[in-house]
Amino acid sequence: MTADVTPYKWVGTRSIRPDGLEKVTGRARFGADYHLPGMLVGVVLRSPHAHATIRSIDTSAALEVPGVKAVITRDDFPEITSEEAMSGESVVDYRDLSRNIMARDKVLYIGHPVAAIAATTRRAAEEGARAIAVDYEVHPHVLTVDEAMAPDAPILHHDLITNDPEAETRGPSNVGKRHFFDRGNVRAAFDESDVVIEREFKIRPVHQGYIEPHAVVADTDEDGRSVVWCSSQGHFLVRTLTATVLKWEPSRLKVVPAEIGGGFGGKTTIYLEPLAIILSARAGRPVKLVMSRQEVFQASGPNPGARVRVTIGANSDGTIIGAEAWMAFEAGAFPGSAVGAACQTVFAPYDIPNVGIEGLDVVLNTPKAAAYRAPGAPIAAFAVETVLDEVAEALSLDPIELRYRNAAEEGVASTYGPTFKRIGFKETLEAIRSHAHHAAPLKANQGRGVASGFWFNAGLDSTATVNIHEDGTASLLIGSPDIGGSRASMALMAAEELGIDQERIRPSIVDTDSVGFNDVTGGSRTTFATGMAVVEACRDVVATARQRAATLWAVDVEEVEWQGGRAQHLSGSKPPLTLTEIARSAAKTGGPIAATAALTARGVGVAFSTQICDVEVDPETGHVKILRYTIAQDAGRAIHPSYVEGQMQGGVAQGIGWALNEEYVYDETGRMENSSFLDYRMPVASDLPMIDTVIVEVPNPGHPYGVRGVGEVGIVPTTAAIANAIYDATGIRMRELPMSAVRVHSAIERRSDDGTRTPVG
Amino acid sequence: MRSHVTCTINGDEVEFLVDDRQTLLDALRDELQLTGTKEGCATGDCGACSVLIDGRLNCSCLVFAREVEGADVLTVEGLADADHLHPIQHAFLEGAALQCGICTPGLLVAAKALLDRNLKPTEEEVRYAIAGNLCRCTGYDKVVRSILDAAAEMRDSAVVS
Ligand code: FES
Ligand code: FES
Repeated sequence: MTADVTPYKWVGTRSIRPDGLEKVTGRARFGADYHLPGMLVGVVLRSPHAHATIRSIDTSAALEVPGVKAVITRDDFPEITSEEAMSGESVVDYRDLSRNIMARDKVLYIGHPVAAIAATTRRAAEEGARAIAVDYEVHPHVLTVDEAMAPDAPILHHDLITNDPEAETRGPSNVGKRHFFDRGNVRAAFDESDVVIEREFKIRPVHQGYIEPHAVVADTDEDGRSVVWCSSQGHFLVRTLTATVLKWEPSRLKVVPAEIGGGFGGKTTIYLEPLAIILSARAGRPVKLVMSRQEVFQASGPNPGARVRVTIGANSDGTIIGAEAWMAFEAGAFPGSAVGAACQTVFAPYDIPNVGIEGLDVVLNTPKAAAYRAPGAPIAAFAVETVLDEVAEALSLDPIELRYRNAAEEGVASTYGPTFKRIGFKETLEAIRSHAHHAAPLKANQGRGVASGFWFNAGLDSTATVNIHEDGTASLLIGSPDIGGSRASMALMAAEELGIDQERIRPSIVDTDSVGFNDVTGGSRTTFATGMAVVEACRDVVATARQRAATLWAVDVEEVEWQGGRAQHLSGSKPPLTLTEIARSAAKTGGPIAATAALTARGVGVAFSTQICDVEVDPETGHVKILRYTIAQDAGRAIHPSYVEGQMQGGVAQGIGWALNEEYVYDETGRMENSSFLDYRMPVASDLPMIDTVIVEVPNPGHPYGVRGVGEVGIVPTTAAIANAIYDATGIRMRELPMSAVRVHSAIERRSDDGTRTPVG
Repeated sequence: MRSHVTCTINGDEVEFLVDDRQTLLDALRDELQLTGTKEGCATGDCGACSVLIDGRLNCSCLVFAREVEGADVLTVEGLADADHLHPIQHAFLEGAALQCGICTPGLLVAAKALLDRNLKPTEEEVRYAIAGNLCRCTGYDKVVRSILDAAAEMRDSAVVS
């Protein structure tokens, strides 16, 4: 629970965010808000086929269209050899990345780019696109894991060999990777268990649903340098990825971060940037590319769909002794779904001696999956947390108590390897158990469910610079895009360190030439890791300020301490010097005061959340209404509680959409049928109640303020909490997402047909 | 075909030339450089492009620019009065009602449309008034609270003045 008394003046307060004014007045510039003189507009020509070989592309007629200034195709991009690299927190194969950006020999999904055009107007660019003749040889396609793994399935990549022993003889397949993890003897554990429950689950792909479509402006000069304005979760990542697929030195690119209108993981890769850069080079003018909403759905990162099977065995006292999971993820057109992370997280909240986990990364003719908030974990948790609900019921145990008895804590060897340090899982369970929500009465057709979730935090690389101005104010130069209020948390930590008012600190997210390297804003890492760089740089500044005071007083620096934003002489014999006074005289004491900290953040914590939800199910229609929702989450330390709550509430809201409405619907040709916000139904204000939050604070010993990442774990338990509540209300177990009114209704119908309360799925 | 449009935008008389098929949203953003109004979908489904036309809430992506001839248009850039924020803008800042902020211009305009006609909305009325505005970041909790706070603030100052 948020402590009422902390030793801090700024950390933990709800100050106004530094970038707020720009954002409520419309002045903040997002990806699509840049206009350069002479700028051209680009469009991307995309594949109408789910799977085809490109025989030829004829662009000559397009170049004749008045206003068209440049047309590019696969011929304008270098061949990239297969190489796996870490890109932020996920693995990227540069060859796949380059082929996803612009198709080479084959198109692999409807929406796969085959050409791009820049023209003086959008209309001319669209006319140019229509004039491009592409000759396709169409192949059969696969749209689900089952189709893709069938023995006679059409193969997407003839060089894709699974990493298992039999693969050599089997030859190429659509299974990219198998992930295995074993501990103890899970089969024997099931034999000994008093109750064993095995269930299968189906999860459809969903989209991150950021409101801002991908957008970029590129201005490439005659010397072969390019300035790129775009919104992303990491402009350094954009630079690295773009430079690699173009075979450029990264220093030829300067990436300027626009404000980002939501990412949720989906903006940790690139789509448009290399196209805009090459179009601009060919046309000799700046080029802007903005995706339409339909393009966002059809060609940018859905979260993978999946098939999952989970088995859990427990003793009658509620001890879980064995757990097994099999998960097949729809990676889309290229390998690299989050199934690996799903394997790591699937049983991570619990202390289980015998575990067997297998994950398959399956390619199919849909857009390449991208990261989405705690990638992989919500899918795993949907299965595990609903099976646990069944185990609790079978053992007549309270579901929170079952989790509590098996909860991981400090010293437990996690199912993904490392031994947990201080963690706050049990505290989140206690927070929900003692919450008024837990004991509130329910009416007919209403039900209550709980679920828990786990997610990692990433550390990775961050750099930050602090400049003290002559008026004693401070600038923070930050290289991590601010996606949900991180400038506010940076300013608060800096205020605490420097001892000056938060209003006297101006944090800016600056371009790739203006600050050192930073990894992505992802993995819930920014307040943790970039915050650590800010704290270190501030401590350096304070050391310098003490030195300057010592110089002014002609004393040893050891005699100077820093308190409340002032240098004080230990003897108390000298009037204290404020940072402003020291800054004003800096020219006489050694020049400007500034510091940079560049670090690889160590000491990451992990995050847990437990959630409780009440629903009402309309037995006539199957419609599920969320009546009440409470989330408890361990934040380590909430630097700015409002934005911590915001992350928790936002994660839950996305989870509610995933649980009840959202899904990709494909027709038999592989075309997404619901590629608009009208048909892809995300939660609106009238769908939701207030989302109550309980910030649990079990400080992370690895961070100067105890911070844990808060951005992601909130989405992990939500679909299961709702499924468990639906069961409580109706006696029906839903094992397919989304639990739309149609699906719930037909489950209710099936039950009334046979007059039983048999679970369906 | 291109049309010549004369209208009032945020209190200023404005003239511009537009393609007949150009939306008001595109005209605002591309011709007049008023990029505070955002495009999330261009199909009327997200509300990021919300503006007031003669006081009525509209998705500017569904209005042809030539249709605002003679009209009075208010965008997010016109909400603040010189250097005084509108109480709704103030409440959004105080209440942390924005995370990424891309939906914020549209939500502010939709909230103004509500409070212009009803200074005492219930939570449910607020939720329905902004149901055309998608926000993917906040779960709407702090947005709804901030609009209720702004209403209370505006009621108080209406009593005083
Ligand atoms: S852009 Fe107009 S409603 Fe989405
Ligand atoms: S604050 Fe990001 S969409 Fe609303």
